[in-house]
Amino acid sequence: MADAFSSWHPLATAYDLPHRHIFHGQLLGRELAVWRADDNFINVWENRCLHRGVRLSIGTNDGAELTCRYHGWRYANRSAGCTYIPAHPADAPARTICNRTFPAVERYGLIWSGENPDGQPPMVELLETGSPFLLRNLPVNASADVVLEALRDHSFQPQGRLEGQGADMTVAIVGDYGLALTSTDGQASTSAVFFVQPVAADRSVIRCVLAETPPQSEQLKVWRHHADALGKLVNRAEATFATLPAPAPLVATIEEVPIDLSVMPEMATDRRAALRVEVSRKWTTAEGIAAFELTSIGEPLPTFQPGAHIDLHLPNGLVRQYSLTNGPGETAYYRIGVKLDPDSAGGSRALHESVRERDVLAISEPRNNFPLRRDALRTLLIGGGIGVTPMLAMAQALHVMNLNFELHYFAQSNAHLAFEEIRNTLGNSVKVHLGLSPEQTRAEIEAAVAEFDYANQLYVCGPGPMLEATRELAAAAGWPDETVHFEYFKNTNEIDDSSQFDVALARSAVTLPVPSGSSILEVLRANGVAMPSSCEQGACGTCTVPVIDGDIDHQDVYLNQTERAAGDKIMTCVSRATSTRLVLDI
Amino acid sequence: MTHPSGGYVIATVHNPCTDSVILDHWHPLVPVADVSLGEVRTTTLLGVQVSYTSDGAERVRVWRSRDTTEQPLPTRVDYLYLWVSLGSPPDSIFEIPEFSEPDRRNVHAGTIGVHVSAPRAVENFLDMGHFPYVHTDVLGAEPHTEVAEYDVHIDPETNEIWATDCVFYQPRAATTSTEGQMSDYLYRVPHPFCVILYKTSPLHDERMDVIGLFCRSVGPDHIEAHMFLSLLDPDNSEPIIRKFQQSIFGQDKPILENQYPKLLPLDPRAETPIRADKVAIAYRRWLSDLGVTYGVIPERAA
Repeated sequence: MADAFSSWHPLATAYDLPHRHIFHGQLLGRELAVWRADDNFINVWENRCLHRGVRLSIGTNDGAELTCRYHGWRYANRSAGCTYIPAHPADAPARTICNRTFPAVERYGLIWSGENPDGQPPMVELLETGSPFLLRNLPVNASADVVLEALRDHSFQPQGRLEGQGADMTVAIVGDYGLALTSTDGQASTSAVFFVQPVAADRSVIRCVLAETPPQSEQLKVWRHHADALGKLVNRAEATFATLPAPAPLVATIEEVPIDLSVMPEMATDRRAALRVEVSRKWTTAEGIAAFELTSIGEPLPTFQPGAHIDLHLPNGLVRQYSLTNGPGETAYYRIGVKLDPDSAGGSRALHESVRERDVLAISEPRNNFPLRRDALRTLLIGGGIGVTPMLAMAQALHVMNLNFELHYFAQSNAHLAFEEIRNTLGNSVKVHLGLSPEQTRAEIEAAVAEFDYANQLYVCGPGPMLEATRELAAAAGWPDETVHFEYFKNTNEIDDSSQFDVALARSAVTLPVPSGSSILEVLRANGVAMPSSCEQGACGTCTVPVIDGDIDHQDVYLNQTERAAGDKIMTCVSRATSTRLVLDI
Repeated sequence: MTHPSGGYVIATVHNPCTDSVILDHWHPLVPVADVSLGEVRTTTLLGVQVSYTSDGAERVRVWRSRDTTEQPLPTRVDYLYLWVSLGSPPDSIFEIPEFSEPDRRNVHAGTIGVHVSAPRAVENFLDMGHFPYVHTDVLGAEPHTEVAEYDVHIDPETNEIWATDCVFYQPRAATTSTEGQMSDYLYRVPHPFCVILYKTSPLHDERMDVIGLFCRSVGPDHIEAHMFLSLLDPDNSEPIIRKFQQSIFGQDKPILENQYPKLLPLDPRAETPIRADKVAIAYRRWLSDLGVTYGVIPERAA
């Protein structure tokens, strides 16, 4: 039976896979978990959780993922990749744990799979041109070879002559483990295809498909006739098998897990994620933007300010920053919006595709590096795309305090506008700009920032080019540097970390060398200095440290020109020194 | 015939126990209460049929049922159980000092047969991550699923495994619980097939309830698990205490019986550990270092 491993075999019927069920199948001694996802994809997996070997067939199928009964590990439809490990909502390492999958094809009402099958399951002309009718499958305590041999002598009556006897039988071979039998009695003729599923060395299942569906009124009779005939065949095959020497059992083996998964992972992060929150609500707020409400499962959530962001530690080990969109007093949860980035390294993709309501996530306390002044006579808020999120928090705060503000919201189309329910509370202060070209956007921004007056403040968040344009236009219109506040999504500058220099920690009287290739932040941490950080790419402003002496090589996008020129602050994650020594006030 | 793809063979081979490490250990045969005066009963230990009876006045006798000379096997009575060895056992058995504290309730909560190896059952007992999923709303509840970092060490004097500083949120940690609590746990593995946990008593700040799982291996993948309790619970009746423990273990049983291989694989590349499994990893290594081969799939030679 050597070629059994490269053949396709039926292992279930289509009706074995009802909505959200997991079917326990077996082929060639291997147990399989077979389940249909809501998108109709049929998964055939090793019936074993990679963590502790519990059968996945006792788990749950939620239509998109299969959850193990033992520890709640979740495996994704299609890929069988593990998407969530509830024991470590924060510290799970970014590694790919993937269950073993086998191919699946649905054909003639049967689900086909195999260990390592070549090509496609057998195409049977009779069934392709006919109207296949699946009979009840029959288990046999005999090897597939013995059952196939016995089937050669199988006989049944054609439909219309079911009560007769001695019909002429012809036999044709179908694939590696099938036979097509045609029964002819006078004018009446019926063809049936029998597939033999090798379950184990000593067990098989006969799966029979009639070429033509009998009329409804005849079906019960047809079922009975074949059940009776096949019952005799089973007795014959089992009797034959009992006289033969017992075959060696088919011993299923499990694959070794890759070496990197076999060792216990180190703690994934030294970035602090002190809070545990549950995803209490997840919804699509705009095209490509998922919104999340995060509720504490422990202590009440810490207070936030408009403009604040949180670090979100994803189940796949990545850490991402998201601005809170909450309004004043909205303290029962944090609400964030996440745009699906088509080039996502796994951050936004994981949040869109894997994270579900009721999942636990680890987050940092909110940090505010984008504070809102509330002493302005007029506040101008400009948000582009997902950059609207901190603007929404600011707008709500200003609205509640009855302060004068305008929110300019730039988006591709109506469908791309997020958080309608928040915008609806803000009255006429929201100006929406849809589908503008870069030139048109520039013109709108130019108009918006045209007038600067005493105690006006400008806040902007959005894609890099839009921020650059806004800063430039505002400067041209006479907005002083300190009135223009911005937050970049990310730092797109190429970081040059080739320099070598010393940092002197003024308060602790320690001097540490910073070699090329290492950041100041890394050197400080390696020497036991507890440093907060968040984006670690010079965009968020969390790792800022006061500088007493030395020349700074600013590589961040957080500080404005005035702040850079002052030379009294450094973003330790990316910025460096042009002098040989930098004295830090820590 | 083995699959051409290679990998681990997961079927159990039912050979008699030749593992001298295990043969020389004391094994919890039955609760002492089951030993009847003048009546001979038989059961199975490590694939060997043994008979036991009491001749009165604490004179318990155990012998191999097939041994017509009824040569007595070494026995001792500790912690409510009759312990037997099929080899040359040590003079002592692991200590449970709480057992002799005057205000303790020492209870045999029941014996449950499970079609799994003893080490799989021990490992399940050491596991906190399954509480919200298997013991839902009793020993755990979603979304409190996180297993916080804890410490594991091996006591150099006793060669016992200890897991300390274990903390888990539990909705109803014990019969005496009235509300959810963060439970503190200590785990201890003093014997290849026996495991003990110490757990915050809802009634005392400083003292802990003691819960033991003492497995008798009937075969390599079949156990009779004895549940031992030493509790600080003056109020609940024994049936209530027993029912609580039995319902907990009743939830574990179907999980254990759906775990395969049924033998515990000691090779690191057989399964995928996470940080929550620190104590399980230590237990697997410890069994490997002891040279245990019964109830396990030994580590493959490098």
